Amino acid sequence: MITHPLVADLVRTFKAQGRIVIVGASLAGLRAAEALRDEGFTGSLTIIGDEVHQPYDRPPLSKQVLKGWVPAGNTKLPRMRAIDADWRLGVAATGLDRDNREVLLANGDKVPYDRLLIATGVRSRAWFNPEEAKLKGLFTLRTCDDAAELHAALKARPKRVLIVGAGFIGSEMASVCRDLGLDVTVAERSSASLVGPLGGVIGDIAAKMQRDAGVDLRTGVAVEALKGDAGGHVRQAQLSDGTLLDVDVVVASLGSVRNIEWLEGAELAAGFWGVACDAGCRAFDINGVVTDNIFVAGDIARGPHVLYEYQFMAIEHVDAAGTGRPDRGAQHGQPRDRTSCAPAAAAVLVRPVRREHQGCRRVLLP
Amino acid sequence: MRIVVDLNRCLGYAQCVPLAPEVLQLQGEEALAYDPNPDDSQRQQVARAVASCPVQAIIAELDPPADRTTK
Repeated sequence: MITHPLVADLVRTFKAQGRIVIVGASLAGLRAAEALRDEGFTGSLTIIGDEVHQPYDRPPLSKQVLKGWVPAGNTKLPRMRAIDADWRLGVAATGLDRDNREVLLANGDKVPYDRLLIATGVRSRAWFNPEEAKLKGLFTLRTCDDAAELHAALKARPKRVLIVGAGFIGSEMASVCRDLGLDVTVAERSSASLVGPLGGVIGDIAAKMQRDAGVDLRTGVAVEALKGDAGGHVRQAQLSDGTLLDVDVVVASLGSVRNIEWLEGAELAAGFWGVACDAGCRAFDINGVVTDNIFVAGDIARGPHVLYEYQFMAIEHVDAAGTGRPDRGAQHGQPRDRTSCAPAAAAVLVRPVRREHQGCRRVLLP
Repeated sequence: MRIVVDLNRCLGYAQCVPLAPEVLQLQGEEALAYDPNPDDSQRQQVARAVASCPVQAIIAELDPPADRTTK
């Protein structure tokens, strides 16, 4: 494809002088930043993250970290290259002003951008009862701070741990509890473990494996209420089959919620299912029109999926964020892995944005 | 030193395990567990483990890039 000299010149200028802001300082944000520098972007790059930590890897948190082999702070992600970013960590983005092209921060600062990458991901779903959610001994597991707290609670040898939800995280935590020799009950609403992601056949096999390993797996039940003692520490759980369980630690493993609240009023196609984007990771606005300067990556990105008849889906998986090998496809002579949203977004960020519509091609300049 | 293993790529060949047994261990028959922040004394072992992986699932930062100074 021949690029018009004027366009090439604008791309060159943008690469040298543009301002790119990435909101979300985890896997997708970091890998996007690295991909941007790989693509020759030398302008200003700001990475905003609500956690104080440098980008870290989450999968070990429910495994090695919980078990006690690896301290919670030791899962920082390897860096593939220098990115010379301006890090704004420990301060959440609270708003997006698209008219003035600014990200608003919790401390009142405004960060101007020419192009924006939204990679704010998900958080764990909180316990449904706000009063009970205040009980000590009730945990969720998503961040490394969560993992540190939960690990400390398990280290204190609770008499029984209750895990609510037998998805991947719940099942991994149950496995760790058994490895640590702790009594653990898993309450799951469906007929077996992992039925949501893996289906009933594999779910039955997983359930048998868990029971064989000594997990007290209870299926077809919900946890209706938690009861605390005078000190505000959880002591009992009421199951929907009428059982009252004595427990010292409860982990709510209820799935995740997408972090879209900060985009309220920005008129993007953002909602419960994520931020809608096209296959090139460009965000849609509320009218379904693709934006020119806002991109989406990672858990929060909801784009057309090639394996599912181009349904719009958000894939909450590390693979969707790009685990971090920039040369992964290249070494086999293939184009870059298409599921790696972040590198894709980054590549788009430094190229002129094109719209092809009914045979007429319009070039939108950076 | 920092490493991450892409557990989606990892197929449990376990070629890496005997090469860096303090860093990479099998959990059960095929699940790999690893220390994401191994001691620098493990450098040689980790480099060998990275090279040994048939599916190249181990990503290592043997030396930090210039803009990363904190551990």
